[in-house]
Amino acid sequence: MQYRNARRKLVNVLMLSATGICALVTVAILIAILAYLAWNGWHYLTWTFLTQLPAPVGQAGGGMGNAVVGTGKLLLIAALTGIPVGLIGGVYLAEFGGKAVGFAVRYAADLLNGVPSIVMGIFIYTVVVLPMGHFSTLAGGLALGVMLIPIVVRSTEDFMRAVPSTLLEGALALGVSRWKGVATVILPAAARGVATGILLSLARVAGETAPLLFTSFNNQYWSQGWMQPIASLPMMIYLYAISPYKNWQQEAWAAGFILLALVLLVNIGAHIILSRRQSVQRG
Amino acid sequence: MEDEALGKPPQARSAKIQVSHLDFYYGSVQALYNVSLAVPQNQITALIGPSGCGKSTFLRTLNRMSETVRHTSVEGEILLDGENIFSVDLVALRRRVGMVFQRPNPFPKTVFDNVAYGLRVNGGTRGAALADAVEASLRRAALWDEIKDKLHKSAYALSGGQQQRLCIARALAVNPEVLLLDEPCSALDPISTAKIEELMFTLQENCTLVIVTHSMQQAARVSSHTGFFLLGRLLEFNETNILFKRPGRKETEDYITGRFG
Repeated sequence: MQYRNARRKLVNVLMLSATGICALVTVAILIAILAYLAWNGWHYLTWTFLTQLPAPVGQAGGGMGNAVVGTGKLLLIAALTGIPVGLIGGVYLAEFGGKAVGFAVRYAADLLNGVPSIVMGIFIYTVVVLPMGHFSTLAGGLALGVMLIPIVVRSTEDFMRAVPSTLLEGALALGVSRWKGVATVILPAAARGVATGILLSLARVAGETAPLLFTSFNNQYWSQGWMQPIASLPMMIYLYAISPYKNWQQEAWAAGFILLALVLLVNIGAHIILSRRQSVQRG
Repeated sequence: MEDEALGKPPQARSAKIQVSHLDFYYGSVQALYNVSLAVPQNQITALIGPSGCGKSTFLRTLNRMSETVRHTSVEGEILLDGENIFSVDLVALRRRVGMVFQRPNPFPKTVFDNVAYGLRVNGGTRGAALADAVEASLRRAALWDEIKDKLHKSAYALSGGQQQRLCIARALAVNPEVLLLDEPCSALDPISTAKIEELMFTLQENCTLVIVTHSMQQAARVSSHTGFFLLGRLLEFNETNILFKRPGRKETEDYITGRFG
């Protein structure tokens, strides 16, 4: 009896420590990445770095202003194309999709979400870049936009489904048509959650590199328009990190830090929006 | 014509809703069998019966909310003021036949916006007219004095009983001729319940009410007529004091004396 008790206690302690250690590893990895990026890149983190063009090899100074602007422009196109499709598709799934159609669309979205991002890049290369004859901001933005769709569809659907169906019933009982009820009651009730999902999806694709390799490619100068290749932070990191020049490698670290900081900020902002929603509902 | 006028009992002549031979199916499962019933105008009709007897299903056919569930079908006839509800416009029908649900379901909007919702979405009422209509509806729901300072606060800030009366005010705002109440007090405390019962009494002046309730005391207190449902059939329908004092059927008596259900 005593032996079994001791054994039970030991197993308990072991299992608890195992869960604790794994949780700690998760946090430690994030902190390690952040610290490492900051340590290697912090002395490049200046206003100049964020606003200037890259300097030629061997020259001091210079920055990644074009890549910062480029990432912004790529995300803008991605948002303009991916969010409307994802949002409306998500609303359809949550409120109007029948069993069979809903299953098919949901499954397709999950598969699309699982398509390796480099395949997405090749796809856009074939349908946009080849016909146009050259890389472009538009193609890069579209590649990211296609990646947004499944994420936004699923998060929109989840947040809309979380709204109690009794609210829609209340609207329908007042003689409101179904789509009007969804648009005026369900969507506003889910708005913060839906917005959070959209922000998180943007943060997720902001760091994608592979889809940009064949689409927006890169540019050493300021963007020459939507139809021309453009620089972006992930591409800049990739090219600088594999370059043989010491200061370029360090700039890659700094760019990585900026990108990660951007994603973290969006994440934190999204979670603040979401927690505010809950306090309003309780209030 | 003459036959009709002579052949029907007195209350049927002033029937607001006339239901004849209603069958209802969820897929292939039949939930209502041959229900016929005349809901008297400007009175309160209560529907009682054990869980799953079909009384809520019946209530939800009266404003065709039953159609929001997929794969349902209905046979028979429901006349509202002599007009077949299955051939009138759904929006128009539901504006005439309002509904209050089992659990308070205010929208996540302000108190004002909740009451104004139906008028805004379908009628386009605005400005002072809208504010007046909102105040009138809240007064009719006996809620105005309690919450006139909270009009622009979230409806979730109200108590459960206030939320349910807010939902009644929201339904009243579009001036329905009939108000269906699906166990409106089952989630409320006795004091809130008493307030809603009182409210129902005053509402019947301008409105015909049909209430589904699990509480036989409530049915006895508020209604003029009561229908007893069992296993999808309307077993008995009569004036409330007759049904409760001298039930015509053994099953009704067993149910109201608490022998089952």
